[in-house]
Amino acid sequence: MSHDHTEPPSDLELRVKALESLLVEKGLVNPDALNIIIDTYEHKVGPRNGAHVVAKAWTDQDFKQVLMQDATEAVAGLGYCGRQGEHLQVVENTADTHNLVVCTLCSCYPWTVLGLPPAWYKSAPYRSRAVSDPRAVLREFGTELDPGKKIRVWDSTSEMRYLVLPQRPEGTEGWSEGQLQQLVSRNSMIGVELARAADASARGES
Amino acid sequence: MRGGHDLGGQVDMGPINPEAENEEPVFHAEWERRVFALTLAAGMLGQWNIDESRHARERQDPLTYVKNSYYENWLEGLEKLLLEKELISSNELQQAVAIEISLASQRFSVPNPEQTKKILYSGTPSLMETDSEPRFQIGDRVLVKPSDSTGHTRAPRYAQGIVGTVSARLGCHSFPDSNAAGGHEGKQLYRVIFDGTDLWGTESDKTEVAIDLWEPYLEQANA
Repeated sequence: MSHDHTEPPSDLELRVKALESLLVEKGLVNPDALNIIIDTYEHKVGPRNGAHVVAKAWTDQDFKQVLMQDATEAVAGLGYCGRQGEHLQVVENTADTHNLVVCTLCSCYPWTVLGLPPAWYKSAPYRSRAVSDPRAVLREFGTELDPGKKIRVWDSTSEMRYLVLPQRPEGTEGWSEGQLQQLVSRNSMIGVELARAADASARGES
Repeated sequence: MRGGHDLGGQVDMGPINPEAENEEPVFHAEWERRVFALTLAAGMLGQWNIDESRHARERQDPLTYVKNSYYENWLEGLEKLLLEKELISSNELQQAVAIEISLASQRFSVPNPEQTKKILYSGTPSLMETDSEPRFQIGDRVLVKPSDSTGHTRAPRYAQGIVGTVSARLGCHSFPDSNAAGGHEGKQLYRVIFDGTDLWGTESDKTEVAIDLWEPYLEQANA
């Protein structure tokens, strides 16, 4: 975010600066390690990982079979492993069932494949209503499901982490894995949206 | 524990107002970036586990928990753990200078950047060895026992007193209620599926909620 330098730092900024300097002075944290942590989650681990997993599952039946049986193992094979992905489970959207992921008690989220969660995922409005009125929640994201379709909501109360495998959009026969990745939004892997509809521009991007 | 964090099913929390996916930054301010990194780095000292960390954020007045932004709750939790584990003192925190607690005799090591990267990419699995057999079978109807525990628990209040169906046995996993109290004990974990109508009423047909629940939270429901 841009910051006006004439604006004095907030109490919160001062409080965090004070804590950081204390922890560094006491040798409790290594400043270079802090930079590694930030760089990892700001630049290296993010929803492109998940989009790769989904597009591969759409195009490679053998991979999909392993993925549905042991997602942790399957995505480790693509190099995606670590914190908040120790026990990964993929849940597949079908013609009958749509899946939606939430953590009502805190903010559990599959970091290895999606990175850190967006602000709304951690907010009280989403955490409270995703379980009790998922259809209305989806509508707030512009997602209207067939009223006959069942919604299964996954409340991430344990260390299992859930990734939604969206349905492959129609009209994508013959698309490559790289082309298909462009259709896989982060939100579709949380389940608040569907994968993007196929259009020629998306196909052209890869 | 009943607290501001146990949000499932609460009403009137307002609209979600999501930021557009392609426009939202990972962090919304520099201080958030620092709180995130400090929390992970301090966690790597091995002085507390993930459930103690969650419990520290939950132990706040519920109105404050809900009103705070996400990383404010993280900051609150981090300061609390550092104080409780006596890695810092409140005078040190107020003055931002190391004046009181000497760490010379502490037997922990501070990970360097290379070790930090390794820890991030290896994670901490919660699956544990056990000799115990799971008590419930797939298809069993189970009741989530009502709880007035003041400690940490991962049985959400909205499911307590409700009957669901076991759909998977997930193995023996570190039990949060013990873990948050500094113990380390494994218990059988199940995936239990609840009908929306049982949780929320008749308008929630076509909705199911899947919740991961540990064996001590559950009892066999009458057939």
